[in-house]
Amino acid sequence: MDFNFTEEQEMVRDGLSRLVREQYDWETRRKAIASSEGWRPEVWAQLAELGILGMPFSEADGGFGGGAVDAMVIMQEFGKGLVVEPFVPTVVCAGGFLKHGGSAAQKEEHIGGIVAGSRVFAFAYAEPRGRFDYADLETTAKKDGSGWVLNGHKAVVIGAPWASHLIVTARTGGERRDRSGVSVFVVDKSSPGIVTRDYETVDGRRASEVYFENVSVPAEALIGAEGEGLALIELVTDEAIAALCAEACGAMKVAHAMTVEYSRQRKQFGVPIGSFQVLQHRMVDMYTAYEQAVSLTYLATLRLGSDETERKRTVSAAKVGVGQSARLIGQEAVQIHGGNGVTDEYAIGHYFKRLTIFDAEFGNVDHHMKRHVALA
Amino acid sequence: MNLEFTPEEQAFRDEVRAFIAENYPKHLADFGMREDMSPEDMVAWHKVLGEKGWSVPAWPVEYGGTGWTPTQRYIWSEENARINAFMPLPFGVAMVGPVIYTFGNEEQKAKHLPGIRSGDVWWCQGYSEPGAGSDLASLKTTAVRDGDHYVINGQKTWTTLAQHADWGFFLCRTDPTAKAQEGISFILVDMKTPGVEVKPIKLLDGGYEVNETWLTDVRVPVENLVGQENKGWTYAKFLLAHERSGIAGVARSKRGVEKLREIAANETMDGAPLIRDFDFARKVSQLEIDLAALEITELRTLAGEQAGKGPGPESSILKIKGTEIQQRLTELTLEAVGTYGAPYYGSIANDTGSNEYAVGPAHAQHAAATYFNMRKTSIYGGSNEIQRNIITKMILGL
Ligand SMILES: Cc1cc2nc3c(=O)[nH]c(=O)nc-3n(C[C@H](O)[C@H](O)[C@H](O)COP(=O)(O)OP(=O)(O)OC[C@H]3O[C@@H](n4cnc5c(N)ncnc54)[C@H](O)[C@@H]3O)c2cc1C
Ligand SMILES: Cc1cc2nc3c(=O)[nH]c(=O)nc-3n(C[C@H](O)[C@H](O)[C@H](O)COP(=O)(O)OP(=O)(O)OC[C@H]3O[C@@H](n4cnc5c(N)ncnc54)[C@H](O)[C@@H]3O)c2cc1C
Repeated sequence: MDFNFTEEQEMVRDGLSRLVREQYDWETRRKAIASSEGWRPEVWAQLAELGILGMPFSEADGGFGGGAVDAMVIMQEFGKGLVVEPFVPTVVCAGGFLKHGGSAAQKEEHIGGIVAGSRVFAFAYAEPRGRFDYADLETTAKKDGSGWVLNGHKAVVIGAPWASHLIVTARTGGERRDRSGVSVFVVDKSSPGIVTRDYETVDGRRASEVYFENVSVPAEALIGAEGEGLALIELVTDEAIAALCAEACGAMKVAHAMTVEYSRQRKQFGVPIGSFQVLQHRMVDMYTAYEQAVSLTYLATLRLGSDETERKRTVSAAKVGVGQSARLIGQEAVQIHGGNGVTDEYAIGHYFKRLTIFDAEFGNVDHHMKRHVALA
Repeated sequence: MNLEFTPEEQAFRDEVRAFIAENYPKHLADFGMREDMSPEDMVAWHKVLGEKGWSVPAWPVEYGGTGWTPTQRYIWSEENARINAFMPLPFGVAMVGPVIYTFGNEEQKAKHLPGIRSGDVWWCQGYSEPGAGSDLASLKTTAVRDGDHYVINGQKTWTTLAQHADWGFFLCRTDPTAKAQEGISFILVDMKTPGVEVKPIKLLDGGYEVNETWLTDVRVPVENLVGQENKGWTYAKFLLAHERSGIAGVARSKRGVEKLREIAANETMDGAPLIRDFDFARKVSQLEIDLAALEITELRTLAGEQAGKGPGPESSILKIKGTEIQQRLTELTLEAVGTYGAPYYGSIANDTGSNEYAVGPAHAQHAAATYFNMRKTSIYGGSNEIQRNIITKMILGL
């Protein structure tokens, strides 16, 4: 048993922590998310330079040989600064599909660009009626000569406005919600027939509705075996969930610290509101919820390589526990900030918003509670 | 970072498991906290461990400790919990023992430590009073010096298992003019001394585990004072902060959840096993998830301790979450047994001569009593509100 980070991990953390502190301060972030671009490509380039974007790839694939714990360290720091750049869609999701399911040619084609920061991905899996079920797909991919033709509508594709490429899930066989017949494709976003409607998300990111209208993709676009994509999707999304839990932990840590600090400064009735026991105990419960969330995030991260049942059960446990902690901490933080907590100007509300949207990403508390129960 | 135990720790686990399998008194397996346990039953395992040299694992080796690492101690408690073993009572082992070897003189060490190790001497803790619970420093029991004796007068309460105790450690006021925390002394009292009177208090579960303890002109030789006169508060606080490991009760709760699953597989609801009912199953899952989080939190604390960071105020988290989980577990177990939670089994004679109670399934027998009993855990040992106050001050800095 060992809860220490390696020297390299400590270095990555220190480097990122500095970058977020110095170049991702609150005012800069506000401006960036309000700009027409909505993110900071120069930060992305810096992350590439620091080796962050290549961290989870093996050295053979052109990366730095890190693993899930490295991703966790990175995501915690991103969470502290509410970093919007698309690390999860690009590195964790697209990177995950390529790592676990990609052919040598696909790896060759894409990983270098991800590591260098020149290729940005979004993961188009959700559909308007799918609600957390990766197999509930109306998007279809039909054989057309040696290639495929995609048709369908993907919902709230995070980071799509910034992406050069998409990972797309589609049904190549079977009935809606069947476990077989699901396939995964890597698609150039500029392919003819792809139409997007871009918008902001409430937590400061950008997303798109993505429509596929007879989009032709070559045979090499298929990742993994035809019709057998679901297990791969579950593996990659479990990794993404662990990463998102780490991000939520970072955000919770800051939200809690801000709240304690605010309660120390803010005076009412002639004393700091932090002297009221009714608020103190709530901040203790927030702290406890945070520590429990960190523990579940560690557990899920360290169990990603276990057998499928164990992996799914611990990931679901984390998504449930971290989701509950995120809700508690977000709501209480706003409450203790009083009227200021509900203003756009104060940072705390933005932590609250990110922690709120986190819950529904890759399945909310109820969804993962069901999966946990089913795997008992 | 990894969650695996080292090969040495695995080997230690195997050794411990084999020892327990061979030596734990068979008739006590899964006994838990049964009302019909005799005092002999309660010390049976302690005595076996005393002979093996494992009864006071956390003590320094020179006083009979094992030199186990915090992780080994964790493994030890996990292995005991697997069979729901009844562990040595904490009053000697985890409380007065460490005070004596840290602050006591040589005679006191020689006189008292062996009996604690062997389990031959039963200790009780005389801290709380009717008017001094959470605010322990407001205690009123006095000890007045009279030649080479202290004369003690006052009333203690909630004295756990004092009805069987040979010795007790008492906080008494020796300087009534000093500020609340000063002027308190830590005094050892032979419970057979004239003037000591113990009156059992019946608790919600029908059992008698606590007492009122009256002290009327109890004459105690001055050599029973531990450390310095009027410095008892320091020792009292040391004691309260000491030996927090295992406070979360993770291993025991894990065993409890297993048991709950067994019960819920045997109870039926709408013609199917209760555990298939989603509403019920989700409560069990929630408990398991919270317990998994607590387990890792405890392991993180242990890892910190092993790296030389003392078990700081973080252990208050373990107390709060651990007791909340124990309470929810027993609540859910009571819920699982349904109607047969209602009979008061203390009123049902077991005259069949078998282990079967006259009514209901065996697994229902202790459900209500255990639930009622476990309400104590968020009150004693520093109530959960007091633990929150500790975190407020020591961690949040408010
Ligand atoms: C949307 C909105 C509309 C509003 N409209 C109006 C309006 O039209 N006119 C107007 O005059 N005002 C208005 N208000 C102001 C509102 O009345 C105050 O926000 C409210 O009284 C709380 O004060 P505060 O924001 O300064 O928080 P604070 O008083 O600083 O409180 C911060 C936190 O400390 C807690 N706290 C404070 N004192 C104690 C205590 N003694 N014990 C325990 N906890 C305590 C609070 O419950 C809160 O959680 C509005 C506020 C909002 C958010
Ligand atoms: C089963 C059992 C066994 C025990 N065994 C022993 C024993 O062997 N020896 C011994 O000396 N004592 C023992 N105790 C006593 C135990 O330590 C006290 O019950 C405990 O300290 C609480 O004190 P109290 O019961 O007087 O409650 P009180 O202190 O009166 O508290 C009542 C309520 O008020 C809350 N409260 C009090 N102060 C604060 C505050 N500052 N902020 C917020 N909330 C507060 C408490 O949390 C509690 O909810 C035992 C108790 C029980 C139930």
